[in-house]
Amino acid sequence: MKMDKSITLNRRSLLLSAGGAIAITSSPILAMADEADLERARRDLFGDLPIREGRVTVKLPPIAENGYSVPLSVTVDSPMSADDYVQRVAIFSPRNPLPNIAQFHFTPRAGKAFVSTRIRMSGTQSIQAVAEMSDGSLWSGSMQTLVTLAACVVL
Amino acid sequence: MASIRLAVPETANQGDVIEIKALIQHEMESGFRRGSRGEAIPRDIITTFECTYNGKQIFSAEFYPAIAANPILTFHTIATENGTLVFTWRDQNGQIWSDEAAIEVT
Repeated sequence: MKMDKSITLNRRSLLLSAGGAIAITSSPILAMADEADLERARRDLFGDLPIREGRVTVKLPPIAENGYSVPLSVTVDSPMSADDYVQRVAIFSPRNPLPNIAQFHFTPRAGKAFVSTRIRMSGTQSIQAVAEMSDGSLWSGSMQTLVTLAACVVL
Repeated sequence: MASIRLAVPETANQGDVIEIKALIQHEMESGFRRGSRGEAIPRDIITTFECTYNGKQIFSAEFYPAIAANPILTFHTIATENGTLVFTWRDQNGQIWSDEAAIEVT
């Protein structure tokens, strides 16, 4: 008897969560950001200065089985000396609900322009990092990751 | 409440670039999820992190909802002198968690 009950409960909760998934996909809250949002977010943080490609290396696994937690690391090619260092690095997504992921601030005392963390990704996309050097110049790098289980449902 | 885990070398040679890891236990509720009845779960995230070395800031970060639960950070600093590294996290409501680690520089 007891067994039966738990099975029914399981099925019910399963059905409920399926209903939830449908509600999620049809809800306007979850409108995804797109390239235009990414550009706007980038302009909010860095203004209209030109951003050159290079010097920034973004590392992500080529395939992420679970978008809920994807290891990300960013390395910037910089001597990190007192007069030539990375001031900040911002991470952007073209497909998450919000284009901003994180922003990191460095000082010459970091010794190494490297940071790593774990991020959420709602689907296959190319994550972009923009670095601002101490001389004000902007550099960017990006990496594409295939996400098999998107965090847009789990996020 | 929130548990913090730090990885900082106890000793280092002066001038060495040392690796630091800092993790805090936190849901990082994104605000985009819905409960089993379809109700929106409100956002509850840590928004800033700061690391100081004998009172001077060496690294800081701003988090958005796309940072995974139990945020972990790996970064570096130059071992300059004996002292204390203080790690501080602040959430969207201004609540603060903090921990510190001592380092001996030879």
